[in-house]
Amino acid sequence: MLITCPYCGPRDVIEFTYQGDGNRERPDPASQNFEAWNAYVYDRLNPAGDHNEIWQHSGGCRTHLRVVRNTLTHEISSVAFAHGGHGSAARRKAEDKS
Amino acid sequence: MSPRRTDTGGRIDRLKTIRFTFDGAAYTGHAGDTLASALLAKGVTLYGRSFKYHRPRGLLTAGVEEPNALVTVLKGEVREPNIPATMVEIHDGLVAISQNRFPSLAWDINAVNQLGGKILSAGFYYKTFMGPVFGPLKGTRFWMFCEHFIRRAAGLGSAGSAKDPARYERMNAFCDVLVVGSGPAGLMAARAAADQGARVMLADLEPRFGGSANWSDETIDGAPAADWARRTVAQLEGRDNVRLLPRTTVWGYYDNNTLAALERVSDHKEQPGKGEPRHRYWAIRAKSVVLATGAFERPLVFPGNDRPGVMLAHAAERYANEFGVLPGERIALFTNNDSAYRAAIALKKAGAAVVAIADIRPELSPEMRKLAAEAEAEIFAGHAVVATEGGKALSGLKLQRFDMTNGALIGDARSIHADCLLMSGGWSPTIHLASQAGAKAEWNAARQAFLPPKPTQSWIGAGAFTGSFSTLEALAEGRAAGLAAAGGQSTPAVLPVVEAVPGDPDPAPVFEIRAKGKSFVDFQHDVTAEDVRLAHREGFVSVEHLKRYTTLGMATDQGKSSNVPGLAIMAEALGKPIPEVGTTRFRPPFAPVSIGSLAAERFGDLRPERLTPMHDWHLANGATMYSAGLWYRPMIYGHAGETVEQAYVREAKATRDSAGIVDVSTLGKIAVQGPDAAAFLDRVYTNMFSTLAVGKARYGLMLREDGLAFDDGTTWRLGEQDFLMTTTTANAGKVMQHLEYFLDVIWPELKVHVTSVTDEWAGAAIGGPKARQILAACVTGTAVDNATLPFMGIVRGEIAGVPVMICRLSFSGEMAFEVYCGAGHGTHVWEALVEAGKPFGLVTYGLEALGTMRIEKGHVTGAEIDGRTTARDLHLDWMLSKKKPFIGSAMMDREGLIASDRLELVGLIALDNKPLNGGAHIVEEVDEANPHGSIGHITACCYSPALGKHIALALVKAGKARQGTRAHVSDPLRNRFGPVEIVSNHFYDPEGTRMHG
Ligand SMILES: [Zn+2]
Repeated sequence: MLITCPYCGPRDVIEFTYQGDGNRERPDPASQNFEAWNAYVYDRLNPAGDHNEIWQHSGGCRTHLRVVRNTLTHEISSVAFAHGGHGSAARRKAEDKS
Repeated sequence: MSPRRTDTGGRIDRLKTIRFTFDGAAYTGHAGDTLASALLAKGVTLYGRSFKYHRPRGLLTAGVEEPNALVTVLKGEVREPNIPATMVEIHDGLVAISQNRFPSLAWDINAVNQLGGKILSAGFYYKTFMGPVFGPLKGTRFWMFCEHFIRRAAGLGSAGSAKDPARYERMNAFCDVLVVGSGPAGLMAARAAADQGARVMLADLEPRFGGSANWSDETIDGAPAADWARRTVAQLEGRDNVRLLPRTTVWGYYDNNTLAALERVSDHKEQPGKGEPRHRYWAIRAKSVVLATGAFERPLVFPGNDRPGVMLAHAAERYANEFGVLPGERIALFTNNDSAYRAAIALKKAGAAVVAIADIRPELSPEMRKLAAEAEAEIFAGHAVVATEGGKALSGLKLQRFDMTNGALIGDARSIHADCLLMSGGWSPTIHLASQAGAKAEWNAARQAFLPPKPTQSWIGAGAFTGSFSTLEALAEGRAAGLAAAGGQSTPAVLPVVEAVPGDPDPAPVFEIRAKGKSFVDFQHDVTAEDVRLAHREGFVSVEHLKRYTTLGMATDQGKSSNVPGLAIMAEALGKPIPEVGTTRFRPPFAPVSIGSLAAERFGDLRPERLTPMHDWHLANGATMYSAGLWYRPMIYGHAGETVEQAYVREAKATRDSAGIVDVSTLGKIAVQGPDAAAFLDRVYTNMFSTLAVGKARYGLMLREDGLAFDDGTTWRLGEQDFLMTTTTANAGKVMQHLEYFLDVIWPELKVHVTSVTDEWAGAAIGGPKARQILAACVTGTAVDNATLPFMGIVRGEIAGVPVMICRLSFSGEMAFEVYCGAGHGTHVWEALVEAGKPFGLVTYGLEALGTMRIEKGHVTGAEIDGRTTARDLHLDWMLSKKKPFIGSAMMDREGLIASDRLELVGLIALDNKPLNGGAHIVEEVDEANPHGSIGHITACCYSPALGKHIALALVKAGKARQGTRAHVSDPLRNRFGPVEIVSNHFYDPEGTRMHG
């Protein structure tokens, strides 16, 4: 399996660490909604097909990537920065606030 | 008569004699021989005993698919079992032994299993050991009674227990075209691709390139096919865009056109060359792959088809033409197709008498009749072999007229005297890699075989692999595949001229002759045709269940020769056509792979090592090192004549009496920096860090998202936005990834940077009543008194001219300090501390004493933070802040995590004053005969010099409430039972007066 890191280029999967299902949504830290926390920690889609995943380029630049991988063929249809990349909407928004 | 070496011929070097032993007897062979061909040349017919029935077995094949002749190769103390003799190249000093026989191959007492054949039928184990059997030995208890005998009687070779001294390595390779298989198709493909300028790799599992060209006796462009192959290989060798890999089995085809291969680099040598590994694992990324893997000949299923002397037709052809060995003098053939006639001609030419050809088909082509006449063989059209005779070698066989439309046997059987019977049940393309690549094989009724599927990855097939069994087709397809794989245009070209024995590639659709006696389908697992039918009668209808119940095709050969005949018999039993029954998907590996090659440099002398800056000093000063993960740490600094226990007791006692120093450089260290660093730590740790003053440290606890304890350590606030976090040695990497994940994925808005600085700092912890005096004697630039350096305070100063950071914190329970300096100055500062400590009786201590003092103090480590315990279980709930949310705070109060009967941390004292064992169970009542009722287990134990007792930390159900009561350790494996007292985990100085000073 090859993952194309936006910084480092196509690299063997051996350089990456799987960091879990990318569909999980972390509740607000102060939330006491137990159902939401339980879903975040334990519920997984486990689809046979395209799956939204987080991978860290741990043997490279250590960036976290959002990877769409087909669980049947290992075909990777998209790779993006997990946080949207430097200068991304999420980061800009955060920086605007501060 | 018996097998023998021919006077001339073969691709062996008759001038080179090689000496080896088999089952202790000395043999000779020639360079180019396999163990199988060399033994066969010496008249050996018996190679092994079968798996269940211990039937004598001979060579069935000449290649990787060999199911019978499995041997164990001994190299010094190391034994490698289950290698086909057909795949062992002989070399001087080779020592091989046969398997699954007792006491000897020729005289095997378990051969009586044959008489009880009914007992060991399909599903024997399931039926006998799962169901309720009557009497005292019922169910699984009966299994436990029989297991020892069965395991000894049934099975393959046994693995050794000696450490494997061989080296293995892994290689990553990239190429435009990988050609798998070097027969005529593969060679053509490699040459065509190389001519296009492509980077080509050519791999073949045999030592000799050429495949069938080495034994076909055909001519290509007027020369023997083997010469054509040799010339082509020589052309390829001279090119720098071609890499040739002989003895290399491509065993896995994964996604992204990544293939895995095993190169047997030095197995065929008496001694490996300097620096040469035994095996090399290749991870090959190929833009395009040419699969030219050929085909496997199939056996026919008839009574006695497993007798030594019954062999596949092409295998005999191979022994005669490639190795100059005749497998017999009087040869009979039994076939359902034309290809076996080639073998008749080859053996006749090599000097054997071909006495009979039994062909299942009633009508034979004039060409085949002509070939039979040429071989001077009597032909029996519409006949089948119904029995074989002989013991450790074949003596004869019985023929009977056979009606292939209904399988009926007609008329009287007729005896034929023969010492070798060649059989051919047609050919199955070697589609394993294509199947692994992801697609389903398709049944071809004409070929009576599964042909390769449409590619789902970038590969092209050529030759027998595609069902094109003639050499001319192989050459044409190979060239086209090579061109296409290299991205070249297909151009008309003059192909080499091939002169070959003619033949129709389509066999008669007959796989089995049903007559009285055991007819084997899977030779290696001893599965008979009747076993398959029995499984069907017992209700197994899915091919996958049938396979598992009978274990058909599940031996080390993975049913290379038995798959299709087995499927045909299942299909017949089910009353369905073969394609409806379906085929099983092939999975990696194609052939067994050495575990060493997969571990490669992760093991042995190529494994990375992490050494602290003071490593050499430790070695020079008598430390016994202990490997902890990749790190090496001093275990003890033993004196002459001291045991490990005496050494650590001395070290720990001296530390508590005066002072001790220990290397703590391996602790994980992470710089957490930035405007939001304090806020980030508040979220990561259960306790507060934003309130920590600059110049102070705090002990912190991290939970996982699910609320269980994760890691602990101290974090030092060096500046307003600058923290130095320490983690346990084992969790350093995990904690770093944990922090990076939250910063990168969950809270990208936090302005925090984390940097692993473990290797930047050398660390020494110095503790004991004299520790402060020692520091005062060698630290300049700062005072170290109680006011300047209070508990959890940090100061900066110098030791021996080197800037140091000192934090007053303690894991031993003594007044203690951690001294950090730049890694490059580690030894310098360490030596200065040791020197300054001399007048105060300072000792160096290792992990054993460190562990002893932390157990006495009741501190938790990885043994207690084991991924199942909560902060409460470990009495760390005082660290759970109620003022803020933190990672794990939402999940930590779940019902199961706050239940009253959870395992809680306690201390244990051995009341019988004997050593305790880590992992031992704790019980309320001892029952040595039938140990049960565990209420917990020991996580760490030691002899405590401070208490003068054997003590332990343990996790015990509702442990806190049991403090002051008695229980027992129950450790049947080590036969240790005895009474203990359950106490608080804080054995030593629970008020902390010593460390607070
Ligand atoms: Zn990267």
